Amino acid sequence: MDALKLHYDVDGEDFSAAGEASSNVKKVLRQLGFPQEAIRRTAICMYEGEINVVIHAGGGFADVTVEPERITIVLTDHGPGIPDVEKAMSEGWSTAPTKVRELGFGAGMGLPNMKRYSDEFRIDTTVGVGTTVTMTVNVTQGQ
Amino acid sequence: MRVRDIKEILEAELLCGEELLDTEVLSACGSDLMSDVLAFVKEQSLLLTGLVNPQVVRTADMMDMRCIVFVRGKRPDEGTLALARDRGIAVMSTGLRMYSACGKLYAAGLASEV
Ligand SMILES: Nc1ncnc2c1ncn2[C@@H]1O[C@H](COP(=O)(O)OP(=O)(O)OP(=O)(O)O)[C@@H](O)[C@H]1O
Ligand SMILES: [Mg+2]
Repeated sequence: MDALKLHYDVDGEDFSAAGEASSNVKKVLRQLGFPQEAIRRTAICMYEGEINVVIHAGGGFADVTVEPERITIVLTDHGPGIPDVEKAMSEGWSTAPTKVRELGFGAGMGLPNMKRYSDEFRIDTTVGVGTTVTMTVNVTQGQ
Repeated sequence: MRVRDIKEILEAELLCGEELLDTEVLSACGSDLMSDVLAFVKEQSLLLTGLVNPQVVRTADMMDMRCIVFVRGKRPDEGTLALARDRGIAVMSTGLRMYSACGKLYAAGLASEV
């Protein structure tokens, strides 16, 4: 099959809708018959990324490319950027405000989860300009 | 253990998912931190939490979980329940606190992982 490209706007104003794009990707992958493990890893990576775009960057875009052997997720925002990526990547480090913590986020686990469950993980960020997170999940058949 | 057994053990009220009562639940996870739930990719079918917002349902959905138990008598709003119905997730509410709810299920043989 040709690569399937999906594009989503991630609304930064509506926390309750955060995750809609990830849900949709999950549904598409299931319809296409991808193995459950690959679907779940993709869902976790994208959902964590989508939530970050909403809570830390005020919204952005998600672009997903689906190929038989890999799924690529690119999350782009024009938020504040990440001043210290190494720190942001460490488990437990979070700048999430109390309001976000009360909703069950802000454990500082999102980026480590994304790195753990993707096969390739990359952050491009510039303070004051924005952040792009690119993740690839390799599809192994028969999982 | 089935969803209906969980309901009985926790003396919980089913808020949606009547048709899922006979669904088999193999393992569970109790947390109020969604990234904590998402950190564990293994098969888990039940989420116990004291948080009530739509992201709890979305988190469960990402993990292919089939049942959510809200502890401490918490009840989600109609929008959250509607989302759970749409995703085919059973939702119940128990008056028990997190520690007791998890303890009872664990004692009844429900593992934390398969
Ligand atoms: N898209 C982004 N734009 C700006 N800052 C970000 C972005 N993504 C992450 N960060 C920063 O990196 C930190 C760590 O992110 P991470 O996802 O690991 O944890 P969190 O979102 O704070 O909590 P959790 O993901 O556990 O709910 C955030 O607190 C925030 O400071
Ligand atoms: Mg996060």
